[in-house]
Amino acid sequence: MKRIPISLMIGGVITATLVIAAILSQFWTPVDPSQINIMHRLKAPGVEGLLGTDHFGRDSFSMIMAGAWVSLGVAFSAIALGGLAGTIIGVTAACKRGRFEAITMRIVDVLFAFPPVLSAILLAAILGAGATTTIVAIALFMIPVFTRITRSAALQIWARDYIQAACMAGKTNIQITLEHVIPNISSQIIVQVAIQTGLGILTEAGLSFLGLGIAPPTPSWGRMLADSQTYFSLAPHLVYVPGIAICLAVLGLNLLGDGLRDLTDPKRK
Amino acid sequence: MHCIAKPIAKSLSGLIITLLFVSFIIFLVMEAVPGDPAEIILGMSAQPDTLAALRSQLGLDRPFIERYLHWLTGLLSGDLGNSYTYSTSVAQLIVERLHVTLPLTGLAVMLSVLISLPLGVTASAKPNGIVDSFASAFSQIGIALPNFWIGLLLIIGIALTTGWFPAGGFPGWDNGFWPSLKALMLPSIALAIPQAAVLTRVTRAAVIEITNEDFVRTARAKGATPNYVLWHHVLPNALIPVVTMLGMQISVLIAGAILVENVFNLPGMGTLAYQALAQRDFIVIQNVVLFFAVVVIFINFLVDALYNILDPRLRIRR
Repeated sequence: MKRIPISLMIGGVITATLVIAAILSQFWTPVDPSQINIMHRLKAPGVEGLLGTDHFGRDSFSMIMAGAWVSLGVAFSAIALGGLAGTIIGVTAACKRGRFEAITMRIVDVLFAFPPVLSAILLAAILGAGATTTIVAIALFMIPVFTRITRSAALQIWARDYIQAACMAGKTNIQITLEHVIPNISSQIIVQVAIQTGLGILTEAGLSFLGLGIAPPTPSWGRMLADSQTYFSLAPHLVYVPGIAICLAVLGLNLLGDGLRDLTDPKRK
Repeated sequence: MHCIAKPIAKSLSGLIITLLFVSFIIFLVMEAVPGDPAEIILGMSAQPDTLAALRSQLGLDRPFIERYLHWLTGLLSGDLGNSYTYSTSVAQLIVERLHVTLPLTGLAVMLSVLISLPLGVTASAKPNGIVDSFASAFSQIGIALPNFWIGLLLIIGIALTTGWFPAGGFPGWDNGFWPSLKALMLPSIALAIPQAAVLTRVTRAAVIEITNEDFVRTARAKGATPNYVLWHHVLPNALIPVVTMLGMQISVLIAGAILVENVFNLPGMGTLAYQALAQRDFIVIQNVVLFFAVVVIFINFLVDALYNILDPRLRIRR
């Protein structure tokens, strides 16, 4: 029995809390997060609700819960899309090599030149702001990230002796990729999914901060921060609460990824 | 010299192809944008014949490839067209805004290196020591901090309470060097902290790895002092991954600049792109996005070239 790394435990607990809060918010929140209550606006934490209220008197705690669903949902959909595409491209490039590899890697490098905020601005010009724009913008950037990682991981597997044995046993390249390469790099992919979902949450927050993310009244952490700017001195908790939520979520997913890496990679003991 | 020149020449041709490809994609995407630029400029109530006249003046009635080539040749001569809303040329707008964004990102890179190099090197000297624990906590938390939130915290914690730095706005370099520098201070700190977090981690790992190499042991064995070994053997080699990371982080830095400029209300490239989107000034978006993409590609190219110069082993391998 291996010792479980401490980062895996902390990261796991934070991530689990985040996921549970996100799912729970779809069925239950202390107060309806979109319920406006002008009489109780800008109240400090503890005075009204666990984490106070915003400029419309909406309950911050409930909004954070509902925002977790949005953040996690957008980030994970984007990573699932971009990660899948990137993995397929990376594994295929490692399998085919030669000109195919050179050309695809060049195209992938081009995608790397578009940070999600830039593609989101481009996409928002066509599609308008919203969940689709955010997800596609993040997913596009995830393609080169995952292609590079899976390609170099797959190349290392292709250099192993048992691949040669499989070749001599008459297996096709596709069979080898499916039966040997992908299972052997899957732990690295899972580690990246955790870490990149964290970065995805960070990006989603930035995009909704700019107003390019999901449309109001659906709560999102980034827009809560954007709204808070007007009420700095009246209600500083509106700045602290969503920021801490973002930071904890990203920290949790990063620790989870690091912990999983320590657990699965014997070299990094 | 020949062995350096060859890979650089090869990647230079790759660079040109990549740039052409990127410009084509951006142009293609902007084609898909709904709405007629002539109508945006003249407004909804414009007469059909005025619209048609402006369309032909802007070259909108010509075929797609011709307009793309026209844009490309314009780019080469520095003519990016005229903004729909600002009534100046896009090139002039970009140059104006770079007066903010360039010093902002430059300061941020400088700060992040000034924080991360000493911290990473000190941390690596005693793994699991006090400094190392602090450095690893700093890099874990720093990576998770959204830079625009750091900006908000700096405004609340420093600008509003002490008044040493302005909470936003930019006076312009013509109105005094110090006030302008002061206006960029907090935004660049907000940008630098997540960068420094990433770089600290890379520096620490790189220094530890190089310290375990045979040539470092040899240097120590022949009696070189620890300081000499650090400055002459370890650091020059450890800088290679640090520089690579800096190059890879440039796209993160640009994205961060757009957000932080927004928080501090700075008239930079990021705000330009953002406002252009709100005003549907598509020619500005098209050129600003291209500009950022070119910067990312070009910096990565430079890092690649630098790699070949810094690390002679790579030349042989190719």
